[in-house]
Amino acid sequence: MKYRPLLVAAACAVPTLATAAGSNAFNPDIALILSGTYGNFQHDPAAYALPGFPLADEAGPGDRGFSLGESELSVSANIDPDWYGMLTYAIAGDDTASVENAFVQTTSLGHGLSVRAGRFFSGIGYLNEQHAHTWDFVDSPLPYRAFLNNQLGDDGVQLRWVAPTDLYSEFGAEWLRGDAFPAGGSANNGRGTWSAFVHVGDDVGEGSSWRAGLSYLDASSDARTTASAAGDDLFSGKNKLTVADFVWKWAPEGNSYNHNFKLQAEYLHQSDSGDFTPAGGSALPLSRKADGWYVQGVYQFVHGWRVGLRQDRLQADDPGAAFAGTALDTQGHTPSRSSLMVDYSNSEFSRVRLQYNHDHSGNATDNQWFLQYQMSLGAHGAHQF
Amino acid sequence: MKQIQAIFAVLLLTAVIAPVQAAGLNVFACEPEWAALTRELAGDHADITTATTAHQDPHHIQARPSLIARLRRADLAVCTGAELEIGWLPMLQRQSGNAAVQNGRPGLFEAAMQVDRLEVPEVSDRAMGDVHPEGNPHVQMDPRRIATIAAALTARLKQIDPAHAADYDTRGADFARRWQDAMARWTDEAKPLHGVRIVVHHKSWVYLFDWLDIEEAGQLEPKPGVPPSAGHLSELKQQLAARPAKMVIYAAYQDSRAAEWLAREAGIPAVKLPFTVGGTGGAGDLFGLYDDTLKRMLDALHESR
Repeated sequence: MKYRPLLVAAACAVPTLATAAGSNAFNPDIALILSGTYGNFQHDPAAYALPGFPLADEAGPGDRGFSLGESELSVSANIDPDWYGMLTYAIAGDDTASVENAFVQTTSLGHGLSVRAGRFFSGIGYLNEQHAHTWDFVDSPLPYRAFLNNQLGDDGVQLRWVAPTDLYSEFGAEWLRGDAFPAGGSANNGRGTWSAFVHVGDDVGEGSSWRAGLSYLDASSDARTTASAAGDDLFSGKNKLTVADFVWKWAPEGNSYNHNFKLQAEYLHQSDSGDFTPAGGSALPLSRKADGWYVQGVYQFVHGWRVGLRQDRLQADDPGAAFAGTALDTQGHTPSRSSLMVDYSNSEFSRVRLQYNHDHSGNATDNQWFLQYQMSLGAHGAHQF
Repeated sequence: MKQIQAIFAVLLLTAVIAPVQAAGLNVFACEPEWAALTRELAGDHADITTATTAHQDPHHIQARPSLIARLRRADLAVCTGAELEIGWLPMLQRQSGNAAVQNGRPGLFEAAMQVDRLEVPEVSDRAMGDVHPEGNPHVQMDPRRIATIAAALTARLKQIDPAHAADYDTRGADFARRWQDAMARWTDEAKPLHGVRIVVHHKSWVYLFDWLDIEEAGQLEPKPGVPPSAGHLSELKQQLAARPAKMVIYAAYQDSRAAEWLAREAGIPAVKLPFTVGGTGGAGDLFGLYDDTLKRMLDALHESR
């Protein structure tokens, strides 16, 4: 093929705005995530409880045997010169489907500002905003399970501002409907929950980069229901959650192809105040604090192969004798878990993972094994740090 | 809660009162070759930051916080385009909150989209590996295409920074002259490479081969983006036994082991090429990139004779 110059002279009066058209011209980018899990548990995961922590619907350890994981269908595109939009539809193994993300976001406000509206994963913490298929372990860390029902996504608006500084500094605030755990019941006419977060980050030399964050969530509940063995528990009041997060990534000379390492840690602290009504009981005034953390490291030791280690732990104050036998009764237990995983990526679009949990989060210590595949089809997604 | 409010307030205040004042045009270059080209064309008018180094694979870059911060302040992003940066640049664009560098704006310059691209696939199927629907994006190794891109970039600099338009014209014309001279010299020096068969690591060299009329004798990667496998390498070795090649080349950021294995087995040299500015000691700027690339290939050609 002979070379033909498209643009000849530097003196060209009208510059050509040649830009990427994308793979489907004007059609949105479509991406599909397929995932499936095989789970092996010593104890029946259906009977799982986390003593001291009322759990919402998503917050279990998984299913026994073969199960379809969450398949995600994502459609996204620039809407016009000023807006970007995205929909992620999650189809669970039990044939239920839900809108995980459906938001529009400004692209041209400038000055480092962007506004998002719709349903989205909250910007609090580090892992919360990452889609489950980019997680390094099959399941979420215990504090995410206990405090956020794995991942907080709600309806609302979000404002973010990146400061014009050398050091990456981002400030964000969200005003949410309050329909997602730890909120519930859309308190204050569906605008009772808000959050604020700040992220800073930078590089250290050519090989390392880090991000640290501090977030605060003020969740209001109006008759929030959580399931317990005896039936539905109700909670009305406030959950105030503070999250400190840190992630550090390293690769030799910044080239992550063969070797790379990622260290990630988060600390979550929650204070609850309000009325808790255990199933079949009467309202009990509740005021207590709980916290939890996890630390995980993932190392790619040869192209395609990674090994990861995670430790997580939860601790809750005993709310008092009146709560004996309810989901808030810690039974003197401090939940903890250790996890080990190995995964292999045949390409950047496919991954197979083996994970072992030594799970001391429920009353009985459980040994859990998972085998998981995660595949992505269609548009090439760009991932967050 | 009070303490957290205080921390937020202090951080916000620091960010508001401590913005960095840029000297001139803030340019975010996705790859070192475009940083080097912008430096040639804009000189002191541009304050250039480079997102990647020659030791990193531009396909696989993390959308790091530092890059968001730098793109946030950019007046112009100079990137390859053609989906080379698809795994990270769109995330940076969305997170930066910078209207100037969004798709379709003059502040986003995509070098590969200014020139004819080779290997535009008729069918895009990932079973073929990581193929780019827009064609092969690695355009920087053809000096004729660099000349075209330079002209387009000069026009873009004038559009974004009209106050210095005359300067950009002068610098652009000066670069074009020096580049044409160098190109004539390179074309002459590279004559012995015409028609030579060369094995490549990744399909990164089609534009260099198009310019110098070099024949690609095979790829170490069985499919684009798929790492070399033992089976594929021994197949390649057999092909080379039937139809020999003169050398195996790989980019500075790529793992040299596969190239060295095949080179040893086939009795030909394995040659590390800079691929971009900074990839080797000799490739200090765009001119050095071509000088050093040709020198290394010609040296290997002498060695293999």
